[in-house]
Amino acid sequence: MQILFRFVIGGLVVSLFAAFADVVKPKSFAGLFAAAPSVAMATLGLTIMTEGKLFVAAETRSMIFGALSLFLYAAAAIRLMMKYKLDAAPAAISALAVWMICAMGAWYVLLR
Amino acid sequence: MITGVLAGHYGSVFGGLFLAFPAIFPASATLVEKHEREKKRRAGITKTARGREAAALDARGAAIGSIGLIGFAFTVWRLAPIWNGALALFAALVVWMTLSILIWRLRRHRLFVRRGRASTASSTAISSGGH
Repeated sequence: MQILFRFVIGGLVVSLFAAFADVVKPKSFAGLFAAAPSVAMATLGLTIMTEGKLFVAAETRSMIFGALSLFLYAAAAIRLMMKYKLDAAPAAISALAVWMICAMGAWYVLLR
Repeated sequence: MITGVLAGHYGSVFGGLFLAFPAIFPASATLVEKHEREKKRRAGITKTARGREAAALDARGAAIGSIGLIGFAFTVWRLAPIWNGALALFAALVVWMTLSILIWRLRRHRLFVRRGRASTASSTAISSGGH
């Protein structure tokens, strides 16, 4: 039941941010919403109620490294599109490897 | 949902990383590229890099937003244990928005300056007959 609730609320919040990004201009500004804390807003509210504030604090401490990985992911995606002339979809999917390596590396070295 | 499942299985420290997983960007960049290509196709231009450039601009925005996301996570990390949970989340959302817009504005100003220099250089090249 809780998973279903997360699914519905998560979908709603993510859609809300995505819809907002679709109407704002210019494109670089709309891009800000691709890194909006939509997933976090949807998840953390529920986690505070079910697991408590300290659990959320521990999650968001890790999230700092996740966000840093997201920055490197976006930088890699820009490079793949502009320097290596890859289309958006293959660039965005290939760059996921950068996010994974950075996030898992941070977890293994600093957070574990 | 996946974040919740991962946090449940592997703990809050591992699950927290996925709160900043690039879930929206691949879809939004693909859509931006598609829309831009369609716009050009309707104008009769079939081969263009405009779609890719628009998606790269979207990615630049995402990079700036991710710096704001670091501020969001830091704010919740520090405030959640001592504040009301909803208030801490709201404060963090304000931090994300403020930080992202501030950096975007600073970056835009710098881009404007660079673009100005570039256009001056290219107009100089054109006026001197070079490419």
